[in-house]
Amino acid sequence: MSKATEQKGSPAISDARLRRRYRQERLFRLAGVLALGFALAALLALLASVASRSVPALTHSFVRVELVIEADPGDEPLLERLARTDFRKPIRTATRSEFEDAKGRKAKRELDRLFSVGAEYDVRDFALANPGVVGTPTTFLLPLSDDADLFLKGEILAEVAEGDRKISDRQIAWLSTWLEAGRIDRQLNTRFLTEGDSREPELAGMQGAIRGSILTLLVTLLISFPIGVGAALYLEEFAPRNRWTDLVEVNINNLAAVPSIIFGLLGLAVFLNFFGLPRSAPMVGGLVLALMTLPTIIIAGRAALAAVPPSIREAALALGATPTQAVFHQVLPQAIPGILTGTILGMARALGETAPLLMIGMVAFVADLPSGVSDPSTVLPVQIYLWNDAPERAFVARTAAGIMVLLSFLILMNAAAVWVRSRFESKGQS
Amino acid sequence: MKTVGLDVFYGEKQALHNVELEIGANEVTALIGPSGCGKSTYLRCLNRMNDVVPGCRVEGDVLLDGEDIYARDLDVVKLRARIGMVFQKPNPFPKSIYDNVAYGPKIHGMTDSKGELDELVHRSLRKAGLLEEVENRLDDPGTSLSGGQQQRLCIARAIAVRPEVILMDEPCSALDPIATARVEELMDELREQYTIVIVTHSMQQAARVSQRTAFFHLGTLVEEGATEKIFTNPAEQRTQDYITGRFG
Repeated sequence: MSKATEQKGSPAISDARLRRRYRQERLFRLAGVLALGFALAALLALLASVASRSVPALTHSFVRVELVIEADPGDEPLLERLARTDFRKPIRTATRSEFEDAKGRKAKRELDRLFSVGAEYDVRDFALANPGVVGTPTTFLLPLSDDADLFLKGEILAEVAEGDRKISDRQIAWLSTWLEAGRIDRQLNTRFLTEGDSREPELAGMQGAIRGSILTLLVTLLISFPIGVGAALYLEEFAPRNRWTDLVEVNINNLAAVPSIIFGLLGLAVFLNFFGLPRSAPMVGGLVLALMTLPTIIIAGRAALAAVPPSIREAALALGATPTQAVFHQVLPQAIPGILTGTILGMARALGETAPLLMIGMVAFVADLPSGVSDPSTVLPVQIYLWNDAPERAFVARTAAGIMVLLSFLILMNAAAVWVRSRFESKGQS
Repeated sequence: MKTVGLDVFYGEKQALHNVELEIGANEVTALIGPSGCGKSTYLRCLNRMNDVVPGCRVEGDVLLDGEDIYARDLDVVKLRARIGMVFQKPNPFPKSIYDNVAYGPKIHGMTDSKGELDELVHRSLRKAGLLEEVENRLDDPGTSLSGGQQQRLCIARAIAVRPEVILMDEPCSALDPIATARVEELMDELREQYTIVIVTHSMQQAARVSQRTAFFHLGTLVEEGATEKIFTNPAEQRTQDYITGRFG
């Protein structure tokens, strides 16, 4: 009798309990989904904001103008005379004759300023390459200034009072005339990826920073990877377990948490002041970032080595392999995917690092493209930082576009990490 | 091979007390005893695998052909080439079947040509009774085999370096009965060429495969003798209790 009531009663109690347990389960999952949703929304908001801001930097406005190029007079060959010709002149002549109201110093200057300072160099380069055009009317596609470009893209509004905008009523009238005549052409801003930095937003490009970043990361990788893996191997596989290795281990873990600017100060004191290495150079940047990345690689490497089952080590030793052979033939190959993933993630962090590079002078304005590790150069995040500080409005879009370039590199590196891991894992065992 | 007055310590704790045991050539010697009795420790002393265990100290003599393997001038690499080992869990390298077997001969430079190495790999796999099953997929990873096949691959890997003694640490504890029977058969065949020492938890297995049996308890060698005698007429009461299942 009592057994029957027990059997009847206990399922009812556990039902209520069960419902509560299921509700907890649902709530926890909901919390998880919400957390993920928030993270995704934040990421999307960031990307959308940066991407939309970068749109104006993708194209640039040009105007079609017919010019007659005259070489500087003299007895020398044409090319030599062309080389010293002032190419602002034909542009001025053509535009001033076009607009009757361009009279007086102020108006003339305003008209001249519609063009980018790069316009005369474009004409010059073309004339030097094709000396045949001298004397004959030729149509050129001349780049407009950053402010004219922004007005044409609707970033500067005509409704704003004249004194509050960078472009005058007269300039707006001239631009409108060209626009109505269909002489304005918008082209893809290829300069942005092919040129170095410039004070003029329309001439500024990221190529210098891209090269600087690649050179810097190469130095970082070449130094930190072998040293980091070597240190990880020794600490994990060979070092005796005693107080000294414990001390080393604690210190390495601490180094991983040291603010990066400290590494910059160290680089300044040691590499620049003591060893006298060149300022602003990828070599020094790479050295500093290597110091910063080392703990990351050592920690990731040790974790990867520790994850290799000890039975593999024993199997090799029992066959008569020396400890070094056991490590290099059997343990290290198994740990490589983990080590590489850690390394690439460390590199990705180094790619985005700004603070330590400011300390060693990589924040300088560098217009020339670096061709070696000792040339002055800048890197992607520093370039973004510099442009963000620049007063010209057109740099706003360029800053955003620069961020897009940096993010693409980061995504590329992380994708490489995933690819490397899957490739090595399928090779090792399947 | 024999041990004289063998004491083993892990730090302060003594794991083996004065073990005197003679292991006959071309015989299977089974080491039995309850968990933690020191039989695996004893086995690992025979090819100095305890060297890598921190805090492990070995006293007394382990003699191989009259030579102390713990002597200062003895090379542990050479020793392990003479005394192979098969572990409890199959532990093939995550490489191809071929590379698993070829690894030992390669590091010792035992062959002069690729053909010779191929021959040695095939011979070792055949001896381990695995050749027919893997002959046309030698390039597959060793980890793709079944548990029993993996264990036989590990045996092939051990005999590829042509050892004199093979130590087996519970080689069948992770295998099903069919794979176990296969490995036991193999031990019987291998006995003709090698001296085998096997640690096992299964008394039936010890009775089936070994000629001599040694019973360990609490770090001491309680009794050793012909397998038949140990299982039918042991001299010690503790042995009697253990093999009849009264403890352990």
